Amino acid sequence: MAERSGMVEKRGAGHWFTHLGLIVGVLIIFFPIWLAFVASTVTQPEIVKPPMPLWPGGHFFENYRSALVSGINAPVARMLGNSLVMALGIALGKIAISLLSAFAIVYFRFPGRRLFFWLIFLTLMLPVEVRIVPTYEVVAGFGMLNSYSGLIFPLIASATATFLFRQFFMTVPDELAEAARVDGARPMRFFLDILLPMSRTNIAALFVILFIYGWNQYLWPLLITTDPQMNTIVMGIKQMFPSGDDVADWPVIMATSILAMVPPIVVVISMQNLFIRGLVDSEK
Amino acid sequence: MEKRVTFKGWLLPVLLLLPQIVVTAVFFFYPAGQAVWQSLFIPDPFGLKSQFVGLGNFQYLLNDPYYRASFVTTAVFSGLVTVVSMGMALYLALLADRLIKGSGTYRTLLIWPYAVAPAVAGVLWLFMFNTRVGVVSWYLGLLGYDWNHVLNDAEAMGLVVAASSWGRVSYNFLFFLAGLQAIPRSVIEAAAIDGAHFWTRFRTIVFPLLSPTTFFLLVVNIVYAFFETFGVIHTITSGGPQQATTILVYKVYKDGFVGQDLGGSAAQSVILLVVVGILTVIQFKFIERRVHY
Repeated sequence: MAERSGMVEKRGAGHWFTHLGLIVGVLIIFFPIWLAFVASTVTQPEIVKPPMPLWPGGHFFENYRSALVSGINAPVARMLGNSLVMALGIALGKIAISLLSAFAIVYFRFPGRRLFFWLIFLTLMLPVEVRIVPTYEVVAGFGMLNSYSGLIFPLIASATATFLFRQFFMTVPDELAEAARVDGARPMRFFLDILLPMSRTNIAALFVILFIYGWNQYLWPLLITTDPQMNTIVMGIKQMFPSGDDVADWPVIMATSILAMVPPIVVVISMQNLFIRGLVDSEK
Repeated sequence: MEKRVTFKGWLLPVLLLLPQIVVTAVFFFYPAGQAVWQSLFIPDPFGLKSQFVGLGNFQYLLNDPYYRASFVTTAVFSGLVTVVSMGMALYLALLADRLIKGSGTYRTLLIWPYAVAPAVAGVLWLFMFNTRVGVVSWYLGLLGYDWNHVLNDAEAMGLVVAASSWGRVSYNFLFFLAGLQAIPRSVIEAAAIDGAHFWTRFRTIVFPLLSPTTFFLLVVNIVYAFFETFGVIHTITSGGPQQATTILVYKVYKDGFVGQDLGGSAAQSVILLVVVGILTVIQFKFIERRVHY
């Protein structure tokens, strides 16, 4: 955008002050993560005798290996696996059931359609935090404590994604369904061969948002995974702090924090454009 | 809005809807109904039967000084998180928008704290300000300031606000930058020709044109501060010192799971449900208006 120059954008000294302001902002935002990274590469004695160093030390492999292989309550590798299953389960599960129900609501006329639509719509309003006690009882009643299905299903039970796909399907030209019908294609053929390929970008954008949403869950795993082997990494970090007056094993805890951040950050950075699109879409 | 072209049959659509209906019925409507139902009862101490108390739980809550204090705490907390994260984001977005090129690079650099879970953000900030090993608290000590968020209410609040706002800056920055870049250049340049300086332009042109974005972010950030910051509170302060950082969502958890007061916790859930309802209505009203723009 070469035209975007002239009297409004600053030149010379002002230009550099703009960069300076931004760089200071970026550094402030980065600092907590830098510190965590440094802490994950030094030894415990270096941390507990403040001030800790501000430059990485030489114990990177040692600390990360100790976290991944043995951890404190459970190996962090195991917690990473649990988080991955949970995040993928939530993202893929929600996308799958939402695609089907949005297809039914948009492309069929059947008794009770409006009722279904409003029931689904109601769920847009209520975060899991609000109904934790009764949901916990339901999950416990099914014997799903400390299980992947217990981690996944309650978080799929909302209709944000259905709503998004409905909005998208409404913009698909009627001629496509008309043509499919004239050709004698059955509804599911139309869904699989035409609608699904057209929704590719929307599905990918939603996947990014839902993956991060699932990965970053805290309260729900905290309630239902009492077995350390089933902890997810985000909730497991807090469990690594000793109760009482003991000193926390900071290098291992900080290595775990870094490991907990890496997957969602990689997803956001590598799919930046899809991510921004998903964010804007899901807030509409 | 309806489709003109539809397929025939009713069995297939019902089957298609079934997975979603089952999942939402079992894990959403039933528990939500239970929350409302339980809020009308007090279970006896052995959990064998419960006594119907009507709105007694609500009455008790609204007269409970701790619950009222939690309301005030939540208001202060979400107000501060909203102002701090939006203020910082607007400042950075205004700077990035002034650049002829390179705003994309800064966007990439600023975007990713969004991906950091609130609970992890809590651990990072706890580490910086830890009373024993924290770097920032140590340097504050050198300056003669004795930081102790474990004992000091205001410092505890400041710390949870900072940790909650931190990752949120990215999100707000994205929306503000998009909003700023949608403002026609010509309008701003016309004002510049008329001799309006940066602040005058910002006050009279940019900020009013940005108001839809600002209002939207206001609602979204309040919802975030209400419901998604549980991880920050739980990792940093556990609601303390005493009750100083016990926001409403944290209190539902504490009374329901730690205190085992099911009726009271359910009543709190219902009150929160009303709060979410109001916020959602405000949001939808606003979106309707934006669509008709």
